Amino acid sequence: MADAAHDATASSPAADAAASRSGARKAEPALRVEGLVKRYGDRVALREVGFSAAAGELVALIGPNGAGKTTMLSILAGIQPPDAGGVSRDPREIGWVPQQPAVYGKLSVAENLRLFARLEKVPDPDATVAAMLVQTGLEERAGDEVGRLSGGNQQRVNIAVGLLAAPPVLLLDEPSSSLDPRQRERLWEFISALAAGGTTVVYSTHNVQEAERYADRVLVLADGELLFDGSPAALAATVGGADAAGPRDFESAFVRFLHEHGH
Amino acid sequence: MRWLLLKDLQILRRSPLLVALLVIYPVVLALLIGSALSRSPGEPTLALYNGVPKQERTFDVAGSSVNADEFLPELSRSVDVVEADSREQALRMVRDGEALAAVLLPPDIARRLATGRDQPTIEIAYNSEDPVKQQAVESLIRARIADANRALARKYEQTTVRYIEMLRDGGSISILGNDVSILGLKTSQRLIEGVMATLPRGSPSYTALAQVDRFARLAIENLGLSTQVLRSVGEPIAVRQTLLGGRRTPLDRYAIAVALTVSLMFLTVLLASGLLALEREEHAFSRLVRGLVSRLGLLLAKTGLAAVCGVVVTLLLLAALGLFWVDLDAARLPWWLPALALGAVAFAALGVAIGTLAREVRSASLLAFTLALPVAFLALVPSSAVSGWAYDAIRAVCAVFPFKATLTALDIAVNDAPGSFAGPLLHLAALAVAYTAIARVALRRFA
Repeated sequence: MADAAHDATASSPAADAAASRSGARKAEPALRVEGLVKRYGDRVALREVGFSAAAGELVALIGPNGAGKTTMLSILAGIQPPDAGGVSRDPREIGWVPQQPAVYGKLSVAENLRLFARLEKVPDPDATVAAMLVQTGLEERAGDEVGRLSGGNQQRVNIAVGLLAAPPVLLLDEPSSSLDPRQRERLWEFISALAAGGTTVVYSTHNVQEAERYADRVLVLADGELLFDGSPAALAATVGGADAAGPRDFESAFVRFLHEHGH
Repeated sequence: MRWLLLKDLQILRRSPLLVALLVIYPVVLALLIGSALSRSPGEPTLALYNGVPKQERTFDVAGSSVNADEFLPELSRSVDVVEADSREQALRMVRDGEALAAVLLPPDIARRLATGRDQPTIEIAYNSEDPVKQQAVESLIRARIADANRALARKYEQTTVRYIEMLRDGGSISILGNDVSILGLKTSQRLIEGVMATLPRGSPSYTALAQVDRFARLAIENLGLSTQVLRSVGEPIAVRQTLLGGRRTPLDRYAIAVALTVSLMFLTVLLASGLLALEREEHAFSRLVRGLVSRLGLLLAKTGLAAVCGVVVTLLLLAALGLFWVDLDAARLPWWLPALALGAVAFAALGVAIGTLAREVRSASLLAFTLALPVAFLALVPSSAVSGWAYDAIRAVCAVFPFKATLTALDIAVNDAPGSFAGPLLHLAALAVAYTAIARVALRRFA
């Protein structure tokens, strides 16, 4: 199945679309991951997972609980090393947005951004912070303590910190999990705009409808194995999405896909 | 690294309640423990009636002047002495339970001591309502009266020895304001030998004087010996003290070292564990260690900040103690600083090791407190309080925590207590390295 997944990667129409959209089609992908293996004692969390992503592409990582999504993202982010395999980019070139806002509640929005800008050794921290406040629409909340902000705004600060070093690749671990529908909508508008600007975005999510709606490609992980790599439409098609007897929606198609693969 | 330190200071500045708790709580706890340690438990009250008229309190014992009031402060050591105006009042205080015992000095005690003919008697009345305290007071009064007896015996002994030496060597003595010259045995012997030299050997006078001469020689030799015997009678058993273990610092001074160590421990351990746990609670740890800060760097930053805060607060506490409570030798500052600094670093390293076990600041603080408190109490258990194997076990436990070593170092630094200063400092340095290594290993699973 892994071979089939890699075949799908090679001819992903979504990847082509994303590359065209960003106008940044290049011979080299923005991110290439090869043969990642991670073990925790006897348990194998990742089994030779590989994929690549083009500049400006939005890639969703979906799968049941314990599939290895967060493990894979944390390896790409450089938080933990893989037991085997490699990533084409240095972790410092990849922006990281953890699931829960990883910022200091007692510091203001601007202070948080300035702190991480300095730690990232950004050339002009103050200018970068000012630009990021504008980009994330947080200028008016710059002096507010992060702990007093709404969940949506905290997540904006969280993403803003991940973007401070202007990384070509941004990783987000379940970015919308704690947001209400309106905040979620605004978040995806923001992320889509980033991708449109050429940033490759890889995110994990439990909300498969979000994956269908916003992702150019989906990667389906289950028990550490990459089962599918292709567009959401291609995933639905593999379980008879076009037939009358096929699943009603993408979520049903995804569940059937997992059943068909023994999960 | 400095941005991380500044961030921590900024967060502390915006958490005044937490900082106040972190500073006030250990300081108050330390002062309470120190105060409790510096006082013996429940000093008993003693009523004292001194019936000797003021003008008779200075009297002559075998030619030497003695002031009876000099012996009374000795009695008030370890007991709370309340002076009564009359014998009846003293007895009533004992009967009513206001005092556990009454010491009654009769009016003729000074006169009897001065004459040396009748043995004076001190009357003691007890209230045995609290048998344990009564036994303690009884022993205490006996000990103090034994002290007074010994002091008086020494006076008698000194005077007697002086008389014997005068008898042997000659001299002068004042009798009714007139100096009377005493010839002495040695001079007498020389005079006899002079007369004998003028007499023919074998004459009756020579033979008689020869007998007196032999007696004088024997008397001179034996009187020399008798002064040594008299000194032995005054104090038959001499005591030589050797310190094999433990401390010799007075309890109130030792309490200062305990108060400082407790304060340093709680502040530093709680702060270090909390600062590290905060990174996990705020989910910032994973963001920091992906190239922005090394894991070891993060540990050292937290250890350093907690240690500096601990040293500053403890130094202020020490200064306050010096200003309002005890006399401190400021010249010993070069000893205070390394003891405080190494103690703080070891405590902070223990704190970050604890911090790696917790996911949030509250858990880290609770864990730090739960661990630190029994360690402090274990380190204060005296060897006589438990059996030998239990004390060995306590010593082994204390050796792996920085409390005992810090206490020893601070006792030496502040109180000039005997012992090697380098030993506890090296111990603390080794503990700091060990706890940092443990924390670094534990950080592998910290995310």
